[in-house]
Amino acid sequence: MRILKSAAVAATLAIGAATGLAGASAPGNAQGIDDPTRAPFYQAMEGKTVVFVPVAMGLDLTEGWAAGMRETLEPFGITVEIRDPNWSTDAGAQAITSLLSEKPDAIVVHNPDVQSYARLLRKAEQAGIYVVQVNMNSSYSTDAFVGADYVSMGERMARKLIDRCGPANGGNGKIAIVQGVLTAAASAYQMKGINNVLEANPDMRVVSNQAADWDATKAKNIAATVLQQHPDLCGIVGFWDVMDIGTGAAIKEAGKDVYLITSGGGNQSACDGLEKGTYSEVVSYDVPGQARDISMTVMRLFQNQPEPGAAKTTLFSPLTFLTKENMTPGSCWTLDR
Amino acid sequence: MSVMGRLTQEQIVFALAVLLCAVFALALPGFLSADNLLNLVRSVSILGMLGVAMGLVVIGRGIDLSLVALMAVSVAWALQLAATGMDFVQAAAIGLGFSLIGGMITGVLIAFVEIPAIFATLAMGTLIYGFGRYFLFDLDVVYLPDEARYLVWLGQGSLAGVPVPIFLFAAVCLVGYLFLRYTRTGRYLRAVGDNLAAARIAGVPARPTIVLQYMLSASIGYVAGIVTAASVASMNTRVANSTYVYDVILVVVLGGIGLSGGRGGIRNVVVGTLLIGILLNGMTIMNIQYTVQNVIKGMILLSAIVIDTFLNPRDEQTAQQGDI
Repeated sequence: MRILKSAAVAATLAIGAATGLAGASAPGNAQGIDDPTRAPFYQAMEGKTVVFVPVAMGLDLTEGWAAGMRETLEPFGITVEIRDPNWSTDAGAQAITSLLSEKPDAIVVHNPDVQSYARLLRKAEQAGIYVVQVNMNSSYSTDAFVGADYVSMGERMARKLIDRCGPANGGNGKIAIVQGVLTAAASAYQMKGINNVLEANPDMRVVSNQAADWDATKAKNIAATVLQQHPDLCGIVGFWDVMDIGTGAAIKEAGKDVYLITSGGGNQSACDGLEKGTYSEVVSYDVPGQARDISMTVMRLFQNQPEPGAAKTTLFSPLTFLTKENMTPGSCWTLDR
Repeated sequence: MSVMGRLTQEQIVFALAVLLCAVFALALPGFLSADNLLNLVRSVSILGMLGVAMGLVVIGRGIDLSLVALMAVSVAWALQLAATGMDFVQAAAIGLGFSLIGGMITGVLIAFVEIPAIFATLAMGTLIYGFGRYFLFDLDVVYLPDEARYLVWLGQGSLAGVPVPIFLFAAVCLVGYLFLRYTRTGRYLRAVGDNLAAARIAGVPARPTIVLQYMLSASIGYVAGIVTAASVASMNTRVANSTYVYDVILVVVLGGIGLSGGRGGIRNVVVGTLLIGILLNGMTIMNIQYTVQNVIKGMILLSAIVIDTFLNPRDEQTAQQGDI
């Protein structure tokens, strides 16, 4: 009997609650209710300025980041500005110096090398500006770094070549390396990763390790000479797909079957290159994804408002290893998407 | 010393090249193989073509610092037009037109406005690159569109086992040689370079000749650019900002074409180009680090010039004009 009674009470309460809720929410359905997170969000974003200082615009990478940031941040009232130093480290340093007094709310910086901007970035943080570094880190850690873990990328690429060319796996162990600009973070860290793996595999032989300055023509000339001298070369690690279009051309001209693994932002040109057989494998660090990571980092900083430089975050980008076999029509991106 | 005294810089550089070649042949197995030698010449054939263009201007007592920028921008624009759907032949013709107009403006600035060539071309190079980047294309590297795939043969194909760029380099050299040697304009060019005032008094149309020399270098540059684009299936417009144009001047000066004008010929360019080619190829085979390569390159070039200064000391007559 008691059970029955409490059940009845419970049922009544439940029905009452349900009708009550329905009653309360009925006008809500008609007029909508305001999301309580909106007001503080828009307040935090409105009128903020983010300045992007790339190595140079006009690259698939930098154009991709800029487009992604604009797409994500501008609808929320954030102004995105670009200061393009066009490959001049001096001009880039000047741009950052003038930003110290202009005081934008955040600077997104793409370092030409590990040293040049390091002190300026610390000054920027001291001046109360958030600093996000993208893809190529400097020796000074700022509020956030968004980009590939080049050391790990170098290690994984070296392992790929060992799988293919290592004497233990039936290859002859002969590989070559085509670097970019020696002082760039992307070159220096990748080389570190490759060395980490090669030191543990002394049966691999690096027959050539040359820098091609991110230029396809130089890469082609180097690769052609190396292939001439080592016709039995098994694999090449290149440091950037845009440059290694030259390395690939040299391999094709020599008529050799050399495994060319390279890396880049995953632009459509990388997939085209895989399709045509210019590259054997491309490691993509997915520029649109990085652009979103940058934007999210900036939005978090604007909302939480920590002291600039107080907390350091590193967001390594997920890496995708693309080959002709595993790529799909959506594996790569285009700017006018 | 009397025999040595008669050696020209061209012969000194040629001797250096042969010496280096011999050293590499002994020290590096595979250096002297036919394939490697072909590869060696192929790798410098574009540099050589640009050297011919620059050589013609320098013989006419000018200098063209806008050569590489104009090459990069006009070819990149042609590729860009073709990529957006234009027929490639038409796009290439427009690119050539742009190149010629660029060369003509430079020539007019030098010949008629009388701005020194070094400043006029320096400014034009910056202007052309900026104009191209802002108005003509958006990306640093412009790719060869699929419709123009047949062009790849120019840069990557071979004829009877010899890479096509070598034939094109030879053709440019031949045309340059015939022009200088057998055409009236070619002789005018040399006369203007040797002594502008005297040439004018003798009735040479000096100003039009100067305009022509820049248009000539622009068009040879365009050919070199098309071969570049064909050989790596893309055009990297960053070369406009690089030190590439100084490499071109180096080839010319090293080969023995004096910056004071009027002297030298296409053979000098060929010799200079070969020395650079042998150096680069040997150092790549030896896997010498990039920065060390630059040091070695600089030292060899300096020694060539020092030897020349000892053997052919400058006197009032040779040092009087135009030395930069």
